Amino acid sequence: MILAVASGKGGTGKTTLAVALAQAFGARLLDADVEEPNAHLFLKPALSVEEEVYRMVPSVDESRCTFCGKCKEICRFKAITTLPGTVLVFPEMCHGCYGCLEVCPEGCIEEGQVLLGRLYFGKAQGIELAYGVLEVGEPMASPLIKALKERFLGRDGLQIIDCPPGTSCAVLTAVRGADFCLLVTEPTPFGLHDLRQAARAVRTLGVPAGVIVNRAGLDYPELYPFLEKEGLPLLLEIPNRREIAEAYARGEGLLAVMPELKSSFEKLLEEIRR
Amino acid sequence: MKEILFLSGKGGTGKTTICAALASLWEKPKVIADVDVDASNLPLLLSPRLLSQSPFQAGWEPVRDEGKCTGCGTCREKCRFGAIGEDLTIDPFDCEGCGVCAWFCPEEAIVMKEKEVGKIFLSETPYGPLVHAELYPGEENSGKLVVEVKRRARLLAEEQGLDFILIDGSPGIGCPVIASLSGVSVCILVAEPTLSGLHDLKRLAALLRHFKIPGYLIINKADLAPEMSSELLNSAEREGLSFLGSIPYDPEVFECLRLGQPLPLVSKGPASKALLEINGHVYKNIVGGGEQ
Repeated sequence: MILAVASGKGGTGKTTLAVALAQAFGARLLDADVEEPNAHLFLKPALSVEEEVYRMVPSVDESRCTFCGKCKEICRFKAITTLPGTVLVFPEMCHGCYGCLEVCPEGCIEEGQVLLGRLYFGKAQGIELAYGVLEVGEPMASPLIKALKERFLGRDGLQIIDCPPGTSCAVLTAVRGADFCLLVTEPTPFGLHDLRQAARAVRTLGVPAGVIVNRAGLDYPELYPFLEKEGLPLLLEIPNRREIAEAYARGEGLLAVMPELKSSFEKLLEEIRR
Repeated sequence: MKEILFLSGKGGTGKTTICAALASLWEKPKVIADVDVDASNLPLLLSPRLLSQSPFQAGWEPVRDEGKCTGCGTCREKCRFGAIGEDLTIDPFDCEGCGVCAWFCPEEAIVMKEKEVGKIFLSETPYGPLVHAELYPGEENSGKLVVEVKRRARLLAEEQGLDFILIDGSPGIGCPVIASLSGVSVCILVAEPTLSGLHDLKRLAALLRHFKIPGYLIINKADLAPEMSSELLNSAEREGLSFLGSIPYDPEVFECLRLGQPLPLVSKGPASKALLEINGHVYKNIVGGGEQ
């Protein structure tokens, strides 16, 4: 089973929860927040493999170029443009569609590449962990997340995906293909607002979802009628306690502070399987 | 014109709460913008009154005229994103909207249609005009929406002769964050004293260096982990960030969220006091022209 842990709002406890779930069940863990990956900070894995991931960008041989402008015409991302006597490529705008390579009548555009990021694979406390690190200055996280999922996810056993925050394409790339999505939120107006967006985004993928309320006990009852109205099952509540925040700050896991959560996790998993 | 952008790398560190507090404390007239388009929370603290809204279009989607299609499969062959299946159905999640399928279709059966990906709002608030937006869930092109929100905020500032734009940014260091950095005068980074906070701050500082934008640091919930706070400070110094101040953990912050008001308006607690002091430093160091 593939379980995605997501949330619209950042800082609701996705990583804390994903790490605790992986520890409780010895599950495989994929940290898909390639912009700011954090799961490895808690697990401190011994890394076995490091891999570079490149993406294709056009490379133009100007000596053969007639500056006809076909490449500029096909590119919808304004990533390549021709001026009299020169061709400019903007790698950060390029989506790698190969359109320019395909249309060039002189065949003078070839595959070039830029470093998109790195993938890391390792093991800690019996947990297999994989994470990606997007190169600083690279805008597009989705292709790296895709590469990470392709390399790491298998068919068997429990696999947990720690997703990036938000509701944009990177989140959907991370959640897509999961059997279930745990949406982590907090009982605040921000938490509710962003949960609404995240639930809508996950629904477009057809992935069933349930909610975990972190920092429960904050006095914001408006959250709960929303869950009922949307048919989102409330699977677990984690109390708002300063010790948890302090342990997190030190890089300690949730289970170290609340070992009793393990049995709640087991119930949660049973409920999801149903 | 000065553009001041709040960023954090890690989500949920308090960017929006702090941005709203400073917006309420600033007496200088300014435009406020929220560019966290997939979790736009700043309006929830600023009591906005909506003045206008408009749809935002960005990117394209292929639409096939099945009457013209002969099923030759050229579109599938040319698509590098695996978005066209064996039965030639187009998967909107994999499609990047590049239009290569449409270009090479021998029957011209595919046209590229512009896509509506979100909405942009203009509101007025007691603290100044607010430009904000909503990206439809799961859409791409958050970067383009960010650029458009910023463009409108700038236009508004020019029209009204305002010298400052206060911008609440997104978490991460990818597409929407990079888009939000163009034209920014300074960034105020909000970090929390945690292992993740430290790690994410370093990556964000590297991004600012990459784009040569000066950065300032605020440490939120500093007393939760005093040792980690001093590590953050050391790291900030090494990364070339100037320090603006710390805010202690204060349960009254939750009250401000619940009431939907900027913190200084509803609390005289320790976090609110710290923000007053930070506002003074912002005036002295960033706004220019001495203390308020």
